[in-house]
Amino acid sequence: MNGDAVVVTEVEKVFGRGSAEEVTALSGVDLTIAPGEFVTLIGPSGCGKSTFLRLIGDLLEPTAGSVEVFGKSAHQARMDQDYGMVFQHAGLFDWRKVVANIELPLELRGWSKADRAARSREMLDLVKLPDFGGHYPRQLSGGMQQRVAIARALSFEPRLLLMDEPFGALDEMTREHMQGELLRIWSETDTTVVFVTHSISESAFLSNRVVVLSPRPGRIHSIVEVDLGERNEDTREDPRFFEASTEVREALRAVEDGS
Amino acid sequence: MSAGRLRALVPPLATGAMFLGAWEGGVRLLGIREFLLPRPTSIWAQLTGQWPTLRHAGWETGRIAVSGLVVGIIAGVLLAVLTTRFRTVNEGLTPLAVAVNATPIVALAPIFNAWFGITGTLSNQAVVVAVVFFPVFINTAKGLAEVHPDEIELMRSYAAGEWTILREVRIPNALPFFANALRLVAPLSVIAAIVAEYFGGPQDRIGNVITSNAGFARYDAAWAAIAVASAVGLALFASALLLERVSMPWRLAGVEGESTTKL
Ligand SMILES: Nc1ncnc2c1ncn2[C@@H]1O[C@H](COP(=O)(O)OP(=O)(O)O)[C@@H](O)[C@H]1O
Ligand SMILES: [Mg+2]
Repeated sequence: MNGDAVVVTEVEKVFGRGSAEEVTALSGVDLTIAPGEFVTLIGPSGCGKSTFLRLIGDLLEPTAGSVEVFGKSAHQARMDQDYGMVFQHAGLFDWRKVVANIELPLELRGWSKADRAARSREMLDLVKLPDFGGHYPRQLSGGMQQRVAIARALSFEPRLLLMDEPFGALDEMTREHMQGELLRIWSETDTTVVFVTHSISESAFLSNRVVVLSPRPGRIHSIVEVDLGERNEDTREDPRFFEASTEVREALRAVEDGS
Repeated sequence: MSAGRLRALVPPLATGAMFLGAWEGGVRLLGIREFLLPRPTSIWAQLTGQWPTLRHAGWETGRIAVSGLVVGIIAGVLLAVLTTRFRTVNEGLTPLAVAVNATPIVALAPIFNAWFGITGTLSNQAVVVAVVFFPVFINTAKGLAEVHPDEIELMRSYAAGEWTILREVRIPNALPFFANALRLVAPLSVIAAIVAEYFGGPQDRIGNVITSNAGFARYDAAWAAIAVASAVGLALFASALLLERVSMPWRLAGVEGESTTKL
């Protein structure tokens, strides 16, 4: 027992063990994430980022090693609904209006109708969509849908947020706007965030630590510490932001070169 | 629901009227004999003259179609849910169902008479059930299975079990697939009922009215019975469309009413 949010120890994940298509997605991965930390995972495509995130969320089981979330097994943490998940594909249910999508996790937890309504209203304000509760998802743009997905993940105030390239499908301007929103929400709550991206600037802008993964088998190549303090749109032109981006870029180059 | 809707009815009605006019005029001008193709006006005369018989026949055949439809749908949906929930059954059953669905099931009507009796309505209903069951089962099972993997993972992240996933994700996801099957089987059920009636069952039904009138060369009366059958089929098809609309309001949103809102 300790105060860490996530402790990943000697984790290995092999898909299709023993078959012709056997793939070692991750091998010998150790990582400890402190509560309230914002950690991004970056690396070339296929290096095991999504697998890493799913292992933390107990959506996959490691073939070796262990994953602890808030001092308990990842499985127990999932059963306790300790984390919220956001995918690249917003994954809203077409048949539920925006409010009903946000309230789904609350419904499953048995919240009363009044409590759900109050919370979903709060969440819609938080993601700046106060007037869209009565719409169906398909009536919203991609960026708006993604904000609803974030509102849904935050609705039950999980202590941990797992995000798999949540802004990957958005255009550059919307993406930067969403990054700002996410940081605002993150600083207003005390959520721990594990965020997968393949964008160097996104990783440097958002996180306290950037975990750079190398492929085949997926391993942690290096970890870049970032300290940009309070971030706003000016931060994107801050020399410290460039420094951090450069450091991440060099680490990724080293990964590509196989060193 | 208003002026717009009514205006949308004008083109098909006009086309229908023109079609009937051309039929009537064509038959008269070309001197086509009544037994080859009766005129719409003589069919209409039969329709009104024999209305009590035809109404009764249409009602009874409609009842066979609807009862078979209901049983076939319930059985198809239930089996689809069960095979989705317990996947091992699914792997054996689905290819078999697809194969059976590709065979002409109405051809079994005479055999069903041997199984379920030639005098009652049971064998006719059984034919309808068999025709309805397979498309409903296959389509619904497909809709229950073809869910985006992220949606399942999302539900698992909420610690949701298989039944909850079935209720919250798979069943709503299967609704459009089910609706497609329904559009297909609603008119098909009437066809199946009539073909089954050609081979047996009570003698006061659409199928028998058609065969006996055709047998006595009363083709205009046979056509009048066919018109009643078409009306029953259309009514069932329209009910299927209506059900589709009320059960899936989200599919109408953004198509009618307000347009997509941009960020
Ligand atoms: N369910 C799975 N079954 C088999 N192989 C998988 C599965 N998921 C991922 N993989 C493989 O594991 C490796 C890492 O995948 P992934 O974690 O999705 O990478 P990333 O998210 O970094 O692009 C890839 O080689 C991929 O093909
Ligand atoms: Mg991925």
